[in-house]
Amino acid sequence: MEQFAFYLFSVLTIGLFLVTVLSNNVLYAMTSLAAGMVIISGFFFILGADFLGVVQLIVYVGAVMALYSFGMMFFDATREIKEKNTNAYLVFFLGGMIALLLVVMFSVLIMGEGIVAMYPTPEGANNPQAVGLVLFTKYLVPFEVAAVMLLVAMIAGIILAGKKMDDSLTTKDENHEEEMTFSLKDVR
Amino acid sequence: MDALIIETVVKAIVVLLVISALAGFGTYLERKVLAFMQRRLGPMHVGPFGLLQILADGIKLFTKEDIVPQHANRLIFMVAPAITAATAFIALAAVPLFPEFTLFGYTIRPIVADLNVGILFVLGAMASGLYGPLLAGMAQANKWGIIGSARTAILFLSYEVVTGLSILAPIMIVGSLSLIDFNNAQAGGVSDWMVWQQPVAFVLFLIAGFAETNRTPFDLLEHEAEVISGYATEYSGMRWGMFFIGEYANMITVAFLASLVFFGGFNPIGFIPGFLAIILKVSFFFFLMLWVRASWPHVRPDQLMWLCWKVLMPIAILNILITGIVLL
Repeated sequence: MEQFAFYLFSVLTIGLFLVTVLSNNVLYAMTSLAAGMVIISGFFFILGADFLGVVQLIVYVGAVMALYSFGMMFFDATREIKEKNTNAYLVFFLGGMIALLLVVMFSVLIMGEGIVAMYPTPEGANNPQAVGLVLFTKYLVPFEVAAVMLLVAMIAGIILAGKKMDDSLTTKDENHEEEMTFSLKDVR
Repeated sequence: MDALIIETVVKAIVVLLVISALAGFGTYLERKVLAFMQRRLGPMHVGPFGLLQILADGIKLFTKEDIVPQHANRLIFMVAPAITAATAFIALAAVPLFPEFTLFGYTIRPIVADLNVGILFVLGAMASGLYGPLLAGMAQANKWGIIGSARTAILFLSYEVVTGLSILAPIMIVGSLSLIDFNNAQAGGVSDWMVWQQPVAFVLFLIAGFAETNRTPFDLLEHEAEVISGYATEYSGMRWGMFFIGEYANMITVAFLASLVFFGGFNPIGFIPGFLAIILKVSFFFFLMLWVRASWPHVRPDQLMWLCWKVLMPIAILNILITGIVLL
């Protein structure tokens, strides 16, 4: 049963991400990306890592939603997009090399000593508690560093976006129309 | 193993059928309640008290022509309603609906999939349901549809942070993500209800829940006066009906979540048995949604974003901080 689910999810994931890469249509590309991300969470559920599966679901649903809004702004979603492809062979070569590199990197671990769980789950702790234990003991420093980096990114984002935050475009009076077109041009 | 699979399939089918039927009945209730609050009569000509109106509407939806606009992206256009309906029911799978009961000497636990991260799963599945309106709006080659899907993205980016943060404080108190643990933590009667300890979190969760289900103060996806029907402009027949069923299933899910997390779940209150107690609570929350729809105008997209990020999120974070300090 588990194997059947694994192979089903694998085929679906690979197929969907292929559509993401090969399709000329923004809507197909992003829909298959979102669906693939959702299906990856299925692998976590098969492995019994419920918490990670749900986090994958929540995080990527939001992330791809933001991508969609960019797609909506820049493309007509119902038309095909003409891609500017200057050197197809170079793209093919680089893509293949990166794929090969990834395969080698992951197979070294498997061929070498095999993957062993260094921190077995404590008895009686359920999934979220196990994640929390590892996060606050072994991986405390990377966890805190990631938190600080996210804070920095958030502040930078607010500063970049916040220059025109005080004058809202929707609540402006008619009299200030001139000013409004100016700020619109600025945004573009 | 086989027994488990059969049991799960049976439960899934029962939930699907009952909730779909309730969605149909919900439209009748909504129209009657709104009519009562606005001093009208509502549906009353078809059958006794207009009850057969549901049947008539159902026949109309099923037999209507299924139109796909000429320049639309056919595949995505046809898949989008199924996403909304399916995710609504997937979310419901992790919700414990009733207390355990015994039927023909066989103990049944009325939850389709008992995850130990139930509450996060429900919220995540409901959030992915918003892909339905988003894709529908973008695929239909209609300006109102595009505006509708842009508003979907705004809605999603606004409410999501409030839902997560508001539910965090109760999670910290209970110390578990399982909805059954939430229910058991409030087993000691009315005074044990989470709402007395976390009134702020409850109000925040309810506001975010209204946004999540696309109900009236925040129904900017398909507000008729502004964007015709938003993402659903080009839809007809059963595809439109699937959006509708999804929305009502989501309303029922949010009502269940609110009563499980904050109002004691399916524990018996005094002489009222557990299953009746939760039906009463869920009915109340369903009624509350209709009540709010009759009482309040809807907000603009930028007002929703302002509300969620500048008002509700700071309150939610303060609530978490205070809860953390008290727990320490």
